[in-house]
Amino acid sequence: MKIDRRCFLSLGIGGAAGIALSPLPWKLADDSAIWTQMWPWTPVPADGEVTYVKSACTLCPGGCGISVRKVGNRAVKIEGVEGHPVNDGGICPLGLSGLQLLYGPTRVKTPLKRAGERGEGKWIKISWEEAIAEVAKKLGDLREKGESNSVACISGSDKGTVPSLFKRFLSVYGSPNFMRMPSIQDSYEIANSISLGFIAQSGFDLEHADFILSFGSGLIEGWGSPVRMIRANSSWRKAGIKVVQVESRLSNSAAKSDKWIPINPGTEYALALGLAHVIIRESLYRNDFVHAGALGFIRFRDLVLSNYSPDSVEKITGIKKETIEALAVDFARSGRPVAICGRGHGKAQSSLGELLAVQALNALAGNIGKEGGVFAVNDPAYIAWPAYQVDEAGAAGIKKERIDGAGNGKYGLAKSLTNRFAGAVNSGLPVSLLFVLESNPVYSLPDTKAVKDAFKKIPFIVSFSSFMDDTALNSDLILPNHVYLERYEDVPATAGLSKPVVSLARPVVSPQFNTKHAGDVIILIAKEVGSPVSDAFPWDDYQACLEGTAGDKWKMLNEEGFSSDPAFTAQAVNTSPGKFDLSGGVADLSILFTPVNLEGDPKAYPLLLLPYDSFRIANGYIGDPPFVIKTVEDTVLKGKDILVEINPATASANGLSAGSYAILKTPKGSARVKINLFDGIMPGLVAMPRGLGHTAYDNYLAGKGINVNELIGTLEDPASGLDAAWGIRANLIKA
Amino acid sequence: MSKPDDKTTGISAGTDSTEAGSSSAGGIEKGQGNGDSGFVILFFIIGFVASLIIGWVVFPKLLYSQKAQPIDFNHALHLEAVSDGCESCHLFREDGTYAGVPSNAQCVDCHQEVQGDSPEEKKFVEEYVAKEREVPWLVYSKQPDCVFFSHAAHVKKAGMECITCHGPIGESTSLQVYEENRITGYSRNIWGKNIAGIKREPWDRMKMDDCAECHEKEAGKRSSVQTDKEACFVCHK
Repeated sequence: MKIDRRCFLSLGIGGAAGIALSPLPWKLADDSAIWTQMWPWTPVPADGEVTYVKSACTLCPGGCGISVRKVGNRAVKIEGVEGHPVNDGGICPLGLSGLQLLYGPTRVKTPLKRAGERGEGKWIKISWEEAIAEVAKKLGDLREKGESNSVACISGSDKGTVPSLFKRFLSVYGSPNFMRMPSIQDSYEIANSISLGFIAQSGFDLEHADFILSFGSGLIEGWGSPVRMIRANSSWRKAGIKVVQVESRLSNSAAKSDKWIPINPGTEYALALGLAHVIIRESLYRNDFVHAGALGFIRFRDLVLSNYSPDSVEKITGIKKETIEALAVDFARSGRPVAICGRGHGKAQSSLGELLAVQALNALAGNIGKEGGVFAVNDPAYIAWPAYQVDEAGAAGIKKERIDGAGNGKYGLAKSLTNRFAGAVNSGLPVSLLFVLESNPVYSLPDTKAVKDAFKKIPFIVSFSSFMDDTALNSDLILPNHVYLERYEDVPATAGLSKPVVSLARPVVSPQFNTKHAGDVIILIAKEVGSPVSDAFPWDDYQACLEGTAGDKWKMLNEEGFSSDPAFTAQAVNTSPGKFDLSGGVADLSILFTPVNLEGDPKAYPLLLLPYDSFRIANGYIGDPPFVIKTVEDTVLKGKDILVEINPATASANGLSAGSYAILKTPKGSARVKINLFDGIMPGLVAMPRGLGHTAYDNYLAGKGINVNELIGTLEDPASGLDAAWGIRANLIKA
Repeated sequence: MSKPDDKTTGISAGTDSTEAGSSSAGGIEKGQGNGDSGFVILFFIIGFVASLIIGWVVFPKLLYSQKAQPIDFNHALHLEAVSDGCESCHLFREDGTYAGVPSNAQCVDCHQEVQGDSPEEKKFVEEYVAKEREVPWLVYSKQPDCVFFSHAAHVKKAGMECITCHGPIGESTSLQVYEENRITGYSRNIWGKNIAGIKREPWDRMKMDDCAECHEKEAGKRSSVQTDKEACFVCHK
């Protein structure tokens, strides 16, 4: 007898039998099944008490009320607030995705000081005390040298307490250079200044209008307050209200309108004047605002009657004169017609001529300040802080000319011309220190190269961005602001609302990182700079400032989340009949109404590049979060390639086909693009979306597509200094 | 039968093995086989017994790690002090959801300061209340995330007692050792202390079959119109 192979087999069989009769295999099978659900990348929803926090969205100028669902301490969903005057329960894709900005990887988590070259992305972490002391020291030195006016601030908005604190800081410190990012409201302000006699933005009572004439505004693609516009559009559909879209490209707004009128790009002003011609000729205008005897009206009438007959307008715009005649009659005979302009999202300026021509239609229709019409909307009334003492240095600084020229000479009517900023700095005007607040000028301003050159000339740039955006990446110091879901702030809705609403953003979660409210930071900087600057900031912190500013409305703001009380939200505006002046003392009307000569030699650049705005691509301070970039169609962005829209006729003329690559050249630069054939765009045009081609942010956004601002430039409107460029000459060469 | 054969067998067996005397009459081959099969059986038994020991004794010991709760909570003591039984602390929120393990906010009403001379209470106040940290309790009844369970439906609607599923925890003066399954990360209480899954009391196990047991009893086997089967769709919607 010996131990042989069979014994070991037997041992194995015995073992197997024993194991089979033990709970081991069954228990292991069960446990492994559970284990497969426990992988660390499997998302597990937070567990805890469900609560809702009412707040306000700050991701665009729309000013929607939001209600954030929380589970325990984790914010899990953003919804619209029912009954909010702006969005009444609705929310847009960007607003929905706000949590990805809060919890996403692009946050700047602590104050950072540049370590390597600008834009290299090398930073060292510093404490808030060090950061504030450094800024204050620089500011103190500049002031001592009498160069206080070389300090500037570019802000996303100039409404609300935080931008106002920055503006106040600069004013008492001794700099006139508070600038806000350009938008169509810059244009409306100047137009109102001319026609009404005071600076105000324009709001539109679109919900009560019965005929909408849009000159290229992306009515349902993010113009103004996007959710409000979508709701307004639904109400027009239900009520059978006619919407006419004048645009060179079949945008979604054009596709959803009742009538799309394709127009030669940039000639919208001529169509408006042609319509005015017909309305005046046929005496279809109302006398509420235009008195036949008023001098402004006579000059305007003479101009349009002599120069803008439907015949001549047909030549300029490419629209048949019969269409113009019919449209003018339709418009004027409607009960409450309204004409609006501001291309796409309304984030780019337009020439003053275009604004005045379109506003003239509203005046002729008699709808200024009337239900369903256009309202002049002044700055919020609630920010009324005590006057401050300025010392000699401050007074001398504030009197100096602004870098962008606004408020001076031929730019006298403008409040802010940030479109001129890069050019001015590059031409030698000194900026020693720049604050960047809730904006991304390196990305969003046209002519990226010029903007970057200008930034290179500025020795010290301080970004207050919560995110590592394109501008923060090119700054020297980042003082990260809380994200809107972590902070208190008043949010005035400024985007085309006829009745202003001020909402209150409230912290939904406690700050996730070592960030600080920009309002607190500017107060701390002021205190560090010392008297007299510090004396103008009597508040202990931003919260005290905000509560004091809201005064007896604070309680209501906190409970309701918003106020639409006109006494609180806007200064009284006098738009009494007869005040509207169609030519507003402009000496030479012809300077207003001239076609914009786009940059570039027509021979070298036979095509026209037209930037357009999409509802699915955020192109302001905030870029598309991952959820939203996923919604972009593959006819716009495929992989990392951007697609440009061209007409099949343009394609065959240039030897291009669908999906082929081409080099898009403009006087400003060139880029490799893919071709998307689209019958809805006029031949000779190349359309490219705004909002892609970021160099910063996360991997979901950076490096996808091309930033159209790298290819376009600015073109100064001679009458106002506004940026009148709606595109640029271009060429497409097969790659 | 042939004698020589018998003899040979006897001799050979006698010389080879002590079992020879007891070996019964049989062929040479068979006798040889008996000796070897002894080993075979022995090895079978060794394998069998060893694996039974591994499966029943060693495996459970290896599978679970023993963890102490951060604070040794005395349920019995607290239950005496409150008026509303378990729900005094394990409460239902206003929206009907069940809050589970209490948070510090509920404890601080009494335990802002150290009240008694219990070292555990002192630890709780100093380490957690004072530092505003939540206690990282190890929850014996925590189920995998895929398990859909509503306390409200069972307690509020069906009027079940906590003890039915959770046992007489309220009477305990000390928390049991938390045994964490090394593979799944969940408590041993889900599968049950008995590795074979045998239970004596309804609260000994918390697996799906334990839910089903009661659901069958209460709702009957054929609650599904579509499948005419057991009450799967009560939970598996």
